[in-house]
Amino acid sequence: MIEYALLFAFTCYGVGLLFNLYRVVIAPGVPDRILALDTMTINMIALLTLFGIRQGTEMYFEATLLFAMVGFVSTVAYAKFILRGNIIE
Amino acid sequence: MDFVFEIIVTALLVISGIFGFVGSYGLVKLPEPMTRLHAPTKAATLGVGAVLMASMIYFAWFGDHLSWHELMITLFIFLTAPVTGLMIAKANIFQQWTKEELPPTGTGSGWATLSDGPSIMDDGADSRLTHEGD
Repeated sequence: MIEYALLFAFTCYGVGLLFNLYRVVIAPGVPDRILALDTMTINMIALLTLFGIRQGTEMYFEATLLFAMVGFVSTVAYAKFILRGNIIE
Repeated sequence: MDFVFEIIVTALLVISGIFGFVGSYGLVKLPEPMTRLHAPTKAATLGVGAVLMASMIYFAWFGDHLSWHELMITLFIFLTAPVTGLMIAKANIFQQWTKEELPPTGTGSGWATLSDGPSIMDDGADSRLTHEGD
């Protein structure tokens, strides 16, 4: 039963990643692209955790944590660049 | 007892999948940038939270030991999601509106993104500047 639920969740997050990719490529403004990239990292965190459950290993925890931290820092850096034209003033 | 935990993990995974899908679909579907900001928060809180809880329960019951790693990621995401939301909203305000189009803030100073903050050493110079149109 868990296998089918995993398959369902994999499909949902995979299609979600495709939606995000569409929004990164075709967007009315730059903040939308930043938001789509941020959502991409969120979806990747979920996908990595699902993959860890599927493989039965906790080895992917470090990768997930790295995605969470680097995703946050990059999103703030992008937004900061739009706001000030500079990242570290 | 195995069956009960199987059902719990399955339900959490399905809930997480639905919310993750809705978050990404809203990003494409919603009409305006500020409304689009709303959708991915569902994926960030409920989607990722449910999948991490499912992972915790799965490894606690079907694996060999209970791991608290997932709580760390949950905490990190719950702390950082409002900050990224605020930064993207500020970028939206900065790009979409001018100072005159925004509604009044109800305080002495204007919107933080578009105007200077109030001075710490306020001797009344800032209010005079506001009255004289900066």
